[in-house]
Amino acid sequence: MGILSSLIFIPLLGMIVVMLLPKDNKWAIRWTATVFSGIPMIQTAWLTWDYFFNYSGSAAMAYMEGPFAWVPSLNIEYFLGVDGISVPMLFLTGLLSCISIVASFNIQTRVKEYFAFFLLLEVGMMGVFVSLDFFLFYVFWEIMLVPMYFLIGIWGGPRKEYAAIKFFLYTLFGSIFMLVSILILYFTAEPHTLNILTLIQSGSTLPYTLQMVCFIFFFIAFAIKVPVWPFHTWLPDAHVEAPTAVSVILAGVLLKMGTYAMLRISWPMFPEALRSLSFWIAVLGVIGIIYGALVSLAQKDLKKLVAYSSVSHMGFCMLALAAVSSAQAIAGCMFQMISHGLITGALFLLVGVLYDRAHTREIAVFGGLGSKLPVYTGIMVFFSMAALGLPGMSGFISEFMIFIGAFGTLNKVLVGISVLGVVLGATYMLRMVQRVFLGPFDMAKWGGLTDINLREIIMVVPLMILTIWVGVYPKPLNELMSATLDNLINLMAR
Amino acid sequence: MTELAYLIPLLQLLSFVMIVFFLRWKEKLASGFAISMILTAWVMSIWILIETLARNGAPYEVFFYLTSFASINFEIGILVDPLTAIMLIVVTTVGSCVQIYSLGYMHNDPRFSRFYAYLSLFLFSMLGLVLANNFFMIFIFWELVGLTSYLLIGFWFEKKVAADAGKKAFITTRIGDLGFIVGLLLIGVYAGTFNYAEVFDKVGSGMIPAGVVTAAAIFLFCGAVGKSAQFPLHVWLPDAMEGPTPVSALIHAATMVAAGVYLVARSMNVFVGSADASMVVAIIGITTSLLAASIALTQNDIKRVLAYSTVSQLGYMIMALGLYGYDTALGHHSPGYYAGTFHLMTHAFFKGLLFLGAGSVIHAVHTNDIQEMGGLLKKMPKTGWTFLIASASIAGFPLTAGFFSKDEIVATTLNHPVFYVLTVLIAFMTAFYMWRLCFLTFFGKPRDEHRYEHAHESPNVMTYPLIFLSVLAVVAGWVGIPGFPGISEFVYHGEPYHTHVDWVNICVATLVGLSGIFLAWLVYYRKAISADKLAAMAGPLYKGSLNKWYFDEIYQVILIRPVMAIARFMWSFDAKVVDGAVNGAGSLTMLWSDLKMWFDKWIIDGAVNGAGWLVRQGGNLLKFVQTGAVQFYALFVLTGIVALGFAKISGITWWPVLLLVFVTGAIMFGALVRRGTPAEETADAVEGEN
Repeated sequence: MGILSSLIFIPLLGMIVVMLLPKDNKWAIRWTATVFSGIPMIQTAWLTWDYFFNYSGSAAMAYMEGPFAWVPSLNIEYFLGVDGISVPMLFLTGLLSCISIVASFNIQTRVKEYFAFFLLLEVGMMGVFVSLDFFLFYVFWEIMLVPMYFLIGIWGGPRKEYAAIKFFLYTLFGSIFMLVSILILYFTAEPHTLNILTLIQSGSTLPYTLQMVCFIFFFIAFAIKVPVWPFHTWLPDAHVEAPTAVSVILAGVLLKMGTYAMLRISWPMFPEALRSLSFWIAVLGVIGIIYGALVSLAQKDLKKLVAYSSVSHMGFCMLALAAVSSAQAIAGCMFQMISHGLITGALFLLVGVLYDRAHTREIAVFGGLGSKLPVYTGIMVFFSMAALGLPGMSGFISEFMIFIGAFGTLNKVLVGISVLGVVLGATYMLRMVQRVFLGPFDMAKWGGLTDINLREIIMVVPLMILTIWVGVYPKPLNELMSATLDNLINLMAR
Repeated sequence: MTELAYLIPLLQLLSFVMIVFFLRWKEKLASGFAISMILTAWVMSIWILIETLARNGAPYEVFFYLTSFASINFEIGILVDPLTAIMLIVVTTVGSCVQIYSLGYMHNDPRFSRFYAYLSLFLFSMLGLVLANNFFMIFIFWELVGLTSYLLIGFWFEKKVAADAGKKAFITTRIGDLGFIVGLLLIGVYAGTFNYAEVFDKVGSGMIPAGVVTAAAIFLFCGAVGKSAQFPLHVWLPDAMEGPTPVSALIHAATMVAAGVYLVARSMNVFVGSADASMVVAIIGITTSLLAASIALTQNDIKRVLAYSTVSQLGYMIMALGLYGYDTALGHHSPGYYAGTFHLMTHAFFKGLLFLGAGSVIHAVHTNDIQEMGGLLKKMPKTGWTFLIASASIAGFPLTAGFFSKDEIVATTLNHPVFYVLTVLIAFMTAFYMWRLCFLTFFGKPRDEHRYEHAHESPNVMTYPLIFLSVLAVVAGWVGIPGFPGISEFVYHGEPYHTHVDWVNICVATLVGLSGIFLAWLVYYRKAISADKLAAMAGPLYKGSLNKWYFDEIYQVILIRPVMAIARFMWSFDAKVVDGAVNGAGSLTMLWSDLKMWFDKWIIDGAVNGAGWLVRQGGNLLKFVQTGAVQFYALFVLTGIVALGFAKISGITWWPVLLLVFVTGAIMFGALVRRGTPAEETADAVEGEN
């Protein structure tokens, strides 16, 4: 078994082991889950390292497994491989999964099911990022929904059922469009195939109208996942109701699947359709940036604020994805995906830390926590600054790349408007920081709060280091992706 | 030493890291470490200045590529040219003084070490900004400076006003940075590089369209407007006075606010490419300067007077630079560049000193209100005299530093009558409000006996920096004496500046300054003219000035409230319309499925059940035919034959009707027959139910 298969099967094995454990032994369950998510984390780190030094020079798929015939009568294959855009995503998935599992140690009810579902979720995520066969891709894409549904629906907040069903149905609704597109592609290709790499070559030869149909169908499916405005309303509900660790995964990995799938599938497959729609995609992106930021500004709930900031930040990705001919923008998009995963993941973790202690997330009830929880405040301010795009941290690099790429290729006024997002970003973040951490401290009410503990610090420190690293020295990450991105841009320029 | 210039900011970063992670718990060690780092940087800066002088100002540049995205290289590097060398001296000198002074001022503060950490981080950012060799890098440090300013203004964050002021400063400057970013994008897209020298080459050789140069210059200037608190973004600086006073001295007088001026000076070649953009710069500069000076006339908070004075002086520098760009673009000579940067240096020294002096006064009397002070010169002579020296300098008293630099600024405006008149007017106002401050604070009778009694001179760690700076507040200007070896040519941009002495100009500038001081003396020392009467005479002007021309209130109404209202509207729009559509789609689906269920239950299933019902009812009816009477059956058969025959004869071919009539008739007849046997009927009926 190759390394990519093992990324899928080790968490699966972990799930089975967890299910075999006695349900009262919470300690064993937690640590088993940690180990079985820790191994893929180390593997993805090694994979990133190895890919960087040995494969990043070319755009070809690396570590390929297959294609092995799976359902020969339908030409369904087991086919895995990674390139410069999936490797960073895998790394992020490995890291955030492990961190989330550690962050879930305070789950007390139905522990066994919780961790089993979590590991299944990891299987789905890893699978999406390594699949090169549409059937396989679709299977993993759908597999994720199931554990996610239960994780929100069982361990969530007061409106968990509503949020879980909304999430599930909304995504499923999008998947149908994807399925139709896949079928169109399957039947128009001669010989019939589900091989993504082959279809990227043949997709662009489809008649223009069919290209448009497929492109729009794929776009709906992926845009719901991103989420692109106006398909975003499942996100705040899901985030607010989901337990902390699930929010981290949701923001850190699941949203990226939308943009990843665009880059992997629909963008290079239908370049002609893409070009004729790119202006409108940019408009959706800019609406997302401004709209998400403004709505964040009006939020009273910490988690909802972070959730809407995700809408704004993913808007930057869409803006970048609209600027297809610009290498800076596409690189910026990848940077933004990674950076958002790190920063927003950390913000959700931190909101969870506060929620665990105060049992509320309402911004207005806090104030002056800076004097009582200095370390927590410092870390929170750090990530708030990262989220508002302070130079020296990853968010700045990505936003700047996107701006410069989009500015060179898209409507300049449109991009100029999107720059407003930078000020709005600062406004909602600083407003939050000020109202929660600064000002006078209410000793009678919050005197019992304790500062962030060691386990929680250990969870966020890797994210801090990576945020700084990408922000200060983006070169390695850039070089890791550049060959793949150049190839993508060539494909999109067809 | 110049090769090691990168160490200057890095040492400050080291200090920050050391304090945060290792020295936080040892206050003495933390502050000592920070001070030793900045002093080292100070010595290095002097050395670098000497080396740069020895090179005749030839720039030294070194950089390495951070990464490159497509064709654009992003680099980190240092550029040491005369402007950088001077700025290094300014920043490290004021930085050192402030750090030493803070030993006394921040004594007993519970977050003492953290204060030094923040100061070090600030100095790292500021020095990085000064040393940057490209626009991308200067923007990075520019933003870091903004961050540290935010942290330091809100240092006493338990005070709501301080926290508010920090937020306001950050967001207001970020609005300016919006323009800066767009300027950077224009440069990146059209020049394809961020390196100063390469960008200037492309602008100079006309490879970038003139419209783009103008736009880029104006957008870059937006950044400077934010950072240097120029109109209309000046509102954050006075509020920023909520921070500790050493911070005000370092950041909001000498260094950070100077960064905007530095940016304009640094990218002067872009401005020179566009007369229009330069004119915008000059107009914004003079407007700001006049506006701020007019507000400073009436303020009673010692730090706010200084803050508005700072805004006003920065406007001076900006104006001088703008006029330089304008004149040069049109091919005229102008001393503006030299004047702006020269004033930047002298201002840093005397304004830093003024703030530190104000801090010393506040430390002694525990109030910011000058109406509660008076006669403090006797109580605190060192603070008082140094403060007076600085005030003389800013007023342009002959032979002080301010005298020389302000003189150059006035000289810049000689060819622009409107600017000239306003500049002279502002010089007069400056002298007046500064000396109003001096007379109210240090002379006359104490207006608050209690505070006066408790006032005392500050400890030596605080007064020595004052004395040191007061020396600089005088001698730093001497390098500008016409004919003084080298310096005026040294900082000068491009061709050498003609260094002849313009006596008329000097006399005018001096007279104006002295008359301002004289008027203040008449009003606030001799009380020959009543201040209240003056105020009454000015009427609405006085009220406007006292209320800072209502900028905060106006922004509240036209900017902040609308944005919040839009945000709230968007939120309800999101919940009601966008999410409403989603939930509506869900509800519609549910409704549809309910309809389908109804249809299924009553129509589809109804048809099936209905068919069964029909059959059963038919059976129930037909059972009447089963009379069991042979005669009846015979009759039945007979009737059938007759009917068939009738049909055959009459040609009726519509069988169903015939059949229906026939069957109905039979049933009715059967029913009639059965009436005679009720017992049987009941039994049958029971059977039928089963």
